[in-house]
Amino acid sequence: MKYLDEYRDAATARTYAEAIARVTTRPWTIMEVCGGQTHAIVRFGIDTLLPPQISLLHGPGCPVCVTPLEVLDQAVDIAARPNVIFCSFGDMLRVPGSQSDLFQVKSNGGDVRIVYSPVDAVQIARENPEKEVVFLAVGFETTAPANAMAVHRAKEEGISNFSVLVSHVLVPPAMEAILSSRHNRVQGFLAAGHVCTVMGYTEYEPLARRYHVPIVVTGFEPLDILQGVYLCVRQLEEGRAEVENQYSRSVRREGNQPAQELIREVFTVVPRKWRGIGEIPASGLGLAPPYAAFDAARRFQVDSHHAEENPECISGLVLQGIKKPQECPAFGTKCTPTHPLGATMVSSEGACAAYYKYRRNETVERSPSAAVGGAAP
Amino acid sequence: MIEDFVLQCPIPLDDNPTVQMGHGGGGRMTRDLIEKIFLPAFTNDLLAPLHDGAILPPVGGRLAFTTDSFVVRPIFFRGGDLGSLAVNGTVNDLAMCGARPLYLSAGFILEEGLPIKDLWRVVCSMADAASVAGVRVVTGDTKVVDKGHGDGIFINTAGVGVIETRLTIGPMSVRAGDAILLNGDIGRHGIAVMAEREGLEFESDISSDCAPLNGPVLALLDGGVEVHCLRDLTRGGLTSALIEISESANLPMRVEEESVSVQDGVRGACEILGLEPFSVANEGRFIAFVPAGEADTALRLLSSGAAVIGTVDPPGTQPPLVRVRTSLGTSRILDLPSGEQLPRIC
Repeated sequence: MKYLDEYRDAATARTYAEAIARVTTRPWTIMEVCGGQTHAIVRFGIDTLLPPQISLLHGPGCPVCVTPLEVLDQAVDIAARPNVIFCSFGDMLRVPGSQSDLFQVKSNGGDVRIVYSPVDAVQIARENPEKEVVFLAVGFETTAPANAMAVHRAKEEGISNFSVLVSHVLVPPAMEAILSSRHNRVQGFLAAGHVCTVMGYTEYEPLARRYHVPIVVTGFEPLDILQGVYLCVRQLEEGRAEVENQYSRSVRREGNQPAQELIREVFTVVPRKWRGIGEIPASGLGLAPPYAAFDAARRFQVDSHHAEENPECISGLVLQGIKKPQECPAFGTKCTPTHPLGATMVSSEGACAAYYKYRRNETVERSPSAAVGGAAP
Repeated sequence: MIEDFVLQCPIPLDDNPTVQMGHGGGGRMTRDLIEKIFLPAFTNDLLAPLHDGAILPPVGGRLAFTTDSFVVRPIFFRGGDLGSLAVNGTVNDLAMCGARPLYLSAGFILEEGLPIKDLWRVVCSMADAASVAGVRVVTGDTKVVDKGHGDGIFINTAGVGVIETRLTIGPMSVRAGDAILLNGDIGRHGIAVMAEREGLEFESDISSDCAPLNGPVLALLDGGVEVHCLRDLTRGGLTSALIEISESANLPMRVEEESVSVQDGVRGACEILGLEPFSVANEGRFIAFVPAGEADTALRLLSSGAAVIGTVDPPGTQPPLVRVRTSLGTSRILDLPSGEQLPRIC
């Protein structure tokens, strides 16, 4: 299939795996930032193609995983109200809040709908003027332009029964939080290709300089990831710390400027709490003052009471690359995708869910034949 | 196509354009519905007496008996509709027992306000599907629920079939070394229904694979293949079928990802929506477990889209796992989706 098969070719993958093995002389720890990359790595077994000196750590780039409990509780609160149509991307529905989730609200009679685009939620608001239509606007810079567009359009058309519950997060502050932690193990990053498609990568250049860490903007297909790892290892081995662009078929240095303008128009940078990690300064987007009337938290006066995370869940450590999912005592026993303790077990992009889905028998799965050079075509 | 459908509804539309509570009341209106819709569509001598039940002639062999309920939204989708689904679903469950399907019952739960023309279309589609599969609808029932208490139309079908083979077909007969065969490409039904329901438009037309499977199954049995186990791929797709059989048979399995055919349109839709083609629903696909030495014969008896997709391994780890060898030559385990497959954020 065009635009897919060429990035999944076994022979080319083997060539890259061999090239990585050739340039690697020491152990290196590399973090892939985006949950989509984590999913691809585990689904295609890309890490099993790498030399044993390379460890991949899974980063915080799973929007479902980092949305704080308080926001989920607010969503559940609003969605359960009688006159509300609550719209969300599909994978937010199963994420547990402190008491309930959106699926439960739906089964109790709440009007909770899965939409594929926030603009669809605006259309629902247009068609249901007697109802309050709320969209759960979460995600990284990738989803921000479409969410901004929805609010912008609602304002332009005067659709006053539409509002958004915003919990947007930004990648560079999270990377900086990881780099500045005393527990940090990350020596190089694969930056999130789709985030950079929107934002470009100039904002990563100061990070690479300040922390002397190579950052390779990387795509999501197996060959993208292998090439990203190759570029990152080469920089590490040569002692360079630059921002490189592996995903040049989608990413330009300056990014998508009309999209960025729309984000700046509708949103403003705010401090944001990350689930499992805590508050990171200037790490989120909230509605800018001219759009404050579309803030669902304000419209429905939901208070952001503090909610306690399940103490057994180590998702914060997993999201920061400090622990791997199988190091959690609850992994696969008390915590499974059907009964998740934390959000990293829920989303298909969450590291725990990816490991559970494809790897829960790690010792069995890591067969020698899958090691470098041993992979069959 | 909806536009191409020539409506020949025997009940004048201006008379009774929609289903009313009275149609389920057992009185004249119920009688009307039976005589003007169900009898003409399903006409056969076993149904004709309209007795409390159908009296069936004796059959020579063990019987297979199954039931299934059908609730699809929307009722009509590309490549099929609720009616063809309700017949093929039960026919296929019988076929998976190695049975030749003979008779079906049809129970309808209609929501007040359902357009009669939709009911007629569904019933005609059931009649067509029954005729293709060679089964007869011999008994039935209709109930009507208040508007808002149903989703247009729900159908339950039960089916009886005769088992003419001496083989015991089921997970208990699966053996290490068996070849796993799949009769065609996967994922079209799930994507076609989702596209219709969510108003998604794809460049390529994806239409449901909804089809009766008694033909190919009987071809295998009549061709002398020693079939060990059969399973149709419905909800949960290939993933659920493989894992269920692996667990019941207590044997691990290996599947080659590359040998499982997925249409480009389905692959594209799954990529965009973040779905796994292996776990998407089908309505005309099945897997067959046969001795490795008979795989070639079996493939010759099946349609050209059929392929050997994997093998059953000797007992090993507990619980037994189904492993997929990826296109990159690496391996991952196959896992059941935890609930509905959800389109992801980005």
